[in-house]
Amino acid sequence: MTYTTASGRRLPDRLDTPLKSAVLSWETLLVLVAIGIFIANSIASPYFLNAWSLSDMTFNFTEKALIALAMALVIITGEIDLSVASIIALASTLMGLVLNQFGAPTSVLVLVGILTGLACGAFNGWLVTGLKLPSIVVTIGTMSLFRGIAFIILGDQSYGGYPRDFAWFGQGYLWWVISFELVLFLVAAVIFYVLLHHTNFGRRVFAIGNNATAAQFSGVRVDRIKFVLFCLTGLMSGITAVLLTARLGSTRPSIAQGFELDVITMVVLGGVSILGGAGSIIGVVLAALIIGLVTFGLGLLNVPGIVMTIFTGTLLIIVIALPILWNMWKARRA
Amino acid sequence: MNLFKLLAATATVAVMIAAPAAAQDGTRIALVVKSLGNGFFDAANKGAQEAAEELGVEVIYTGPTAATAEAQIEVVNTLIAQQVDAIAISANDPDALVPVLQRAQERGIKVISWDSGVAPEGRQIHLNPSDVNLIGETIIKLAADYLPEGGDVAILSAASTATNQNAWIEAAKAAIPEKFPNINLVATVYGDDDSVKSTEEARGLISAYPDLKAIIAPTTVGVVAAAQVVTDQDLIGKINVTGLALPSEFKQFIDNGASQAVALWNPIDLGYSAVFLANALVEGEEAAPGASFSIGRVGEVTLDDTNSAAMAAPFQFDASNIEEFSKIY
Repeated sequence: MTYTTASGRRLPDRLDTPLKSAVLSWETLLVLVAIGIFIANSIASPYFLNAWSLSDMTFNFTEKALIALAMALVIITGEIDLSVASIIALASTLMGLVLNQFGAPTSVLVLVGILTGLACGAFNGWLVTGLKLPSIVVTIGTMSLFRGIAFIILGDQSYGGYPRDFAWFGQGYLWWVISFELVLFLVAAVIFYVLLHHTNFGRRVFAIGNNATAAQFSGVRVDRIKFVLFCLTGLMSGITAVLLTARLGSTRPSIAQGFELDVITMVVLGGVSILGGAGSIIGVVLAALIIGLVTFGLGLLNVPGIVMTIFTGTLLIIVIALPILWNMWKARRA
Repeated sequence: MNLFKLLAATATVAVMIAAPAAAQDGTRIALVVKSLGNGFFDAANKGAQEAAEELGVEVIYTGPTAATAEAQIEVVNTLIAQQVDAIAISANDPDALVPVLQRAQERGIKVISWDSGVAPEGRQIHLNPSDVNLIGETIIKLAADYLPEGGDVAILSAASTATNQNAWIEAAKAAIPEKFPNINLVATVYGDDDSVKSTEEARGLISAYPDLKAIIAPTTVGVVAAAQVVTDQDLIGKINVTGLALPSEFKQFIDNGASQAVALWNPIDLGYSAVFLANALVEGEEAAPGASFSIGRVGEVTLDDTNSAAMAAPFQFDASNIEEFSKIY
């Protein structure tokens, strides 16, 4: 949240920080909520505290959370990327295409998935920074475009027959119940944590989110950073496409439908300001964990999914309302 | 402190929701549907509970909120964790559910699919509500019966990836040239089993094909949307809406003339039969081509080469019997 300069002074994210105290405690709150839900789940279901159950639970959120890491950075700069789920669909479809047309080996499949994601991200980035279009409009457009291409290629067909070693990416375990997906997510989380909170690049991301014009005049290459961030989101979507396709063992153009909203939910619940300028990777990771715990916990009790949507909806409103109420309360006291 | 209040409230709510939980001994069969809040599946659950009572087993009725394969996999994961004895699933995707259902089988859970099937490697038995060819023919016949002169018809389907709808439409297309030569199928559009999308697609059909005589919607959501559009646009008598519909949801459109007749198999019987089949597997019966299974009051089914079985032929509802059946489901 703060940055120590060479002279040892600590600089806050933004000059007026009415939210600072609230945001600082947000991660603590998330940890407490996560522990609370964990305990509640353990009491409520005799099947929850089981290594395999907990391992199965992680599959509920790891893929979406991978994208959420990159999405957090995009949202901190004040932009948004709604096309991530469609990037998954296109990347998955192209992987299926090269497999079925050319019998490509696993290494090529993975490469195709990741590069497709990167290319889609670069395309988004170019439209936003090169043509100066608003990202929400651009990515609503590419959301239809990317999935549309997948539909043109596949129609109502599906691709299957993925090789066994490819399936490992989505179904394999590195050690006992520790899945490859989970380890990949944890590694990515550490990388993104360092990138956002301990590099100049990360400082610039915050600077852009707080005041892009001021950042520009301070020598930050705003467009270049935004372009990189859209590429990064595309890249993470490509990686997720590999994981999800491997887990499902098949591709349909409707794959990952609606993922973008779940990803954004994780980011916002993680305490990232939807207006940009503030947020943390730890918050996003915790939010992903909470969503996974709640979905799985309610699932174990066979509670209809709609209760889950009500829960996350309420939580989201609280996230947005809490800082505002906090400010009103402080203003009244002053 | 706000924070602790919130935490306390969250924990309390979670514990309250969770109150009656303990590991169970009896046979538990999970009836997994494409999505909750669908009248068809609620009716299937009615039959399933009836079978549960007859057999002395517990049936867990569950499914995702959104009709996607990914959400259904999450549900199956929680059922594996609960160590249920059998899963009877109507799948959102025939292929994507296979890995998770194979994992369920590896952990000793019997898996059958019903209504919308799973690829053979993901399940032990598939129960079709009816025969694909028979349904395909029936949906065209429903339109053709009221079009002695023939004419343009269009299909409003569910999702473009829906297993069963696609199979029926293929069978319908195959039946047209031979049995209904004067019926001209002009378009197939997809409403994704979403009321709003289905309404838009129905409007699109009406404006794109001015000579349209009938809209065939082989989905309970689409058929209501189409009939509503026809009613709203004062096209009753000009365009006949037909397809597969739940009598209780659709009665008003038979009454107002937007539709002459619709058909459906009995979802109550389907849920009932699915539970019987799942229970037979739990009790140690083997699923193999040619094997026969009792499905209680509905009768008996025999597995074909792919371990699939057909329950019964679709049943037609028109002005003469809609009143009676709308009270049932």
